[in-house]
Amino acid sequence: METQAMTDVLTSLKERFPDAVEPSEYEGVVVAPARLLEVATFLRDELGYRYLSLVSGVDYPQPTTRFPARFEVVYHLFRESGGPLTLHVHADRDDPVVPSVVSVWPAANLHERETWDLMGIRFAGHPNLRRILLWEGFEGHPLRKDWHEVYYEADKKPFDSRYPNGRPVMAEARSPLGDNLRYPPGWSPQGWQSQAEEAVYAPLEAHLGGDGRRMPTDQVVVNLGPQHPSTHGVLRMIARLDGETIQQLEPVLGYLHRCHEKIGERNTWLANMPYTDRLDYVSSMSNNFGYAIAVEKLLGVEVPERAEYIRVIMAELTRIVRHLISIGSYTSDIGVYLTGMLYALEERELILDLFEMASGSRMMCNYFRFGGVARDLPDGWVALAKELVYERLPRRIDEMERFTFNEVFRARSVGVGVLPADKAIAYGCTGPLLRASGVPYDVRRAEPYSVYGELDWDVAVAYHGDIHDRFVVRFEEMRQSLRIIRQALERMPEGPVLSGKVQPALKVPAGEAYGRVEAPLGELGFYLVSDGSANPHRYRIRAPSFANLGVLGELCKGHLIADVVAILASIDITLGEVDR
Amino acid sequence: MTTQDARLPEVPPELRNNVRIGPLDWLSPLYNWSRKRSLWPLFGGLACCAFEMIAAAAARFDQARFGMEIVRPSPRQADLMIVSGTMTKRMAPQIVRLYNQMPEPKYVIAMGACAISGGPFKEGYNVVSGVDKLIPVDVYVPGCPPRPEALYNAFLALHALWDRERISQLRWYRKDVVDEGVPVPELGPDLVNWRVVEKLGATEG
Amino acid sequence: MYGLDILKTMGVTFGRFIMTFWDDLRWFGRRYTLQALPIRQSARGRGIFTVQYPREKLPLPENYRGFPFHVVDPDTGKSRCTACGICARVCPPQCIWIVRATDPQTGKALREPAEFTIDVSICMSCGLCAELCPFGAIKMDHDYSFVSYRRDSGEFLWNLERLSKPLAYHARIHPTAYLAEQAAMEKKAAKQ
Repeated sequence: METQAMTDVLTSLKERFPDAVEPSEYEGVVVAPARLLEVATFLRDELGYRYLSLVSGVDYPQPTTRFPARFEVVYHLFRESGGPLTLHVHADRDDPVVPSVVSVWPAANLHERETWDLMGIRFAGHPNLRRILLWEGFEGHPLRKDWHEVYYEADKKPFDSRYPNGRPVMAEARSPLGDNLRYPPGWSPQGWQSQAEEAVYAPLEAHLGGDGRRMPTDQVVVNLGPQHPSTHGVLRMIARLDGETIQQLEPVLGYLHRCHEKIGERNTWLANMPYTDRLDYVSSMSNNFGYAIAVEKLLGVEVPERAEYIRVIMAELTRIVRHLISIGSYTSDIGVYLTGMLYALEERELILDLFEMASGSRMMCNYFRFGGVARDLPDGWVALAKELVYERLPRRIDEMERFTFNEVFRARSVGVGVLPADKAIAYGCTGPLLRASGVPYDVRRAEPYSVYGELDWDVAVAYHGDIHDRFVVRFEEMRQSLRIIRQALERMPEGPVLSGKVQPALKVPAGEAYGRVEAPLGELGFYLVSDGSANPHRYRIRAPSFANLGVLGELCKGHLIADVVAILASIDITLGEVDR
Repeated sequence: MTTQDARLPEVPPELRNNVRIGPLDWLSPLYNWSRKRSLWPLFGGLACCAFEMIAAAAARFDQARFGMEIVRPSPRQADLMIVSGTMTKRMAPQIVRLYNQMPEPKYVIAMGACAISGGPFKEGYNVVSGVDKLIPVDVYVPGCPPRPEALYNAFLALHALWDRERISQLRWYRKDVVDEGVPVPELGPDLVNWRVVEKLGATEG
Repeated sequence: MYGLDILKTMGVTFGRFIMTFWDDLRWFGRRYTLQALPIRQSARGRGIFTVQYPREKLPLPENYRGFPFHVVDPDTGKSRCTACGICARVCPPQCIWIVRATDPQTGKALREPAEFTIDVSICMSCGLCAELCPFGAIKMDHDYSFVSYRRDSGEFLWNLERLSKPLAYHARIHPTAYLAEQAAMEKKAAKQ
């Protein structure tokens, strides 16, 4: 299934590094760890793979068809034209160490920290290898297959304890301490101090003490969050300030880490669908879409045309909802305190009514299935959608635009938080953040999925890379979404909405797949590894907000604290997918 | 509960509960009526349920009808903490601190499956299986997420709770009740929940 | 001119302010009626968008997913459930517990549940149990009124009795699905 471009890439890699590269089990190549940096530099500079999308750690406790038991680090690379490339690096099971590629692709920074945190694979040469989602002092690396949590019952769902002899037993009753807690044997709180907070402040406090400038000013380390009056969620930021100017800013994550990936490995393939709703919880249909596409790549199943159109309509309505909230929360953050948010939420409620009619729930839609959608649209849905899309939404978007782009907004957003295009690509930014810096990269155009290739629409781009442009891009994207929905509503054929039936104990053939969609916040990807059973072997989520946060520290340098709030709002994150 | 450590705030004895309130019992209906109409929530949205909480405050459901549109970001000015979303172990110390910082009268609504019992993420290694493991909860609203109307049912249930209260029995006016706050958990090899750890110490002898 | 943008923005808010009262005049006297509600709460509505819960309730669409409930067959007086276990196996957070009944004399498994419990404090309302039940025994309810002060005495562990609701209730809240079920049953009966 390889294109000519892909074959060329593999040939040139094999020519240049004959002893360091070999084909991997399913897709891409295996690279020897000692030559990883050379290969990486070659790929980036000569073959043009400038965009690193995802770094994942995978645990293979048993040998697979061609390779022994190992830890594996998988890199997903993309470039402007030509196919994707997957690199695999194997590491020893007893002491996994892999060279860090942060010097080649700065986008790897946060991903490698997460892989160290959850999988325990060390990255040699990483500038700041500390835990990111859990805290310093946490015992163990949870995503390893041999690490079991306190409420562990069995490796895979469904559990035998539920049927046919299922008397309810609360999980608390089964655990020794009566709670979801476990302490190492011999540990006692006497004389013990928590190290978690120190570790969080350490990288900033290391630089305190002045830069030897003419007017000695004090530097102070200040904490923002995790509870704060913005709607982004529980994000914590630590800033080192010189007066009110930021010298260094670090986001501290993990306050909503809900163990999606570990639970995802235990769930069946179908049962993971409602869990994907809870990633970017405001745009649940997009998350469903990404997961459905990834599993359909593994299954090789075709989706009927009506279902494709329904999927596109739902995805674009979700995009409008998310951008409305983004704009509403931005105006709320810079001081309007809820007026803009209320206007945005009004239209959102009408769109949620549509979602509720079709799928059954306002937010957690769980509407997509493998091979289509769960059920057909009810009668009258298309008429209501047309009313919204032709009459109400365009007027409201114009009104929101008048409301948002006023002098105060411009004063706070033009020229603030400028992100140059090459930095955006190097840091792996996607979505409106990338397109506002002048890079017209949209997954719907780069790797067309569903019926986006047949519809007539444009990619929204702006060129200054500041906060103002990010919102210009969002408004334009909303208008393009309306354009797409109108075409889809006209062209949607009759027919079945699901190919085959929904199978509860679906077995997916062995293989790996990386399915990605253009979620409203950026490129949402699912890296799935299947061993042929009814549960995933590895369920890895590439969250756009997580990758976009890598650039927050850089963007905020030299700005004031008030600008940090504005910059964060313009990057637009949802903690559900940042922390998973 | 042990009090010798610096985790708990130290309230001097002369400032504890020195208000004489018994003779004012007949004002209870007025007191409860006015409490019902000016309950100020704390902006404590954690996860997905936060968006239904915001929708409940927004134009369609409008909690300003209940006097609750003043959503305070600071716990010092809030009466009600709606824990909406999963409480993770990492966030637990902050939520307990927020609870301690709220002045009396304070109430907690556990909104959503995750706040009640950990919900669908109950088995997660970073998830606290229910907010009531750490702070006392007054009303539980199930749902994933509960509709804004269900959250209003919770507010009405809270109001119904107050209908039965008399001023002389309220815990923040009584001299015999000493409220020391909830000990703030810390992050160690796992979340150090002091209630559980003391039980551990007791079993180890 | 400096300040013109701000005036335009305030004009947006002012327009909404005026529209609120204008809309009230249009609906004068007929505002809080069942006929007015669907129009005011749709894309054609203007003015105030509020639903005065608990006095006014938004009508729920048929597909709405609350918590599961058992459909009680009026002929047998019991749920249609045959204790096949599919719902317990497919539930993502595994909150369904089923004990299959056995004949007290022979010890053979019977096609009905002896005990059926759903832990509603874990249920994520995904609807997979209702979607995959082959007997149409479990459906998603529209009732969101359950609120509790405590959870230590099993308030959130709902057993079969608590979960059972009559077939007429299912027909009322899911009219289209009920008619489709009836039609399918009649077709099957006609074939035999």
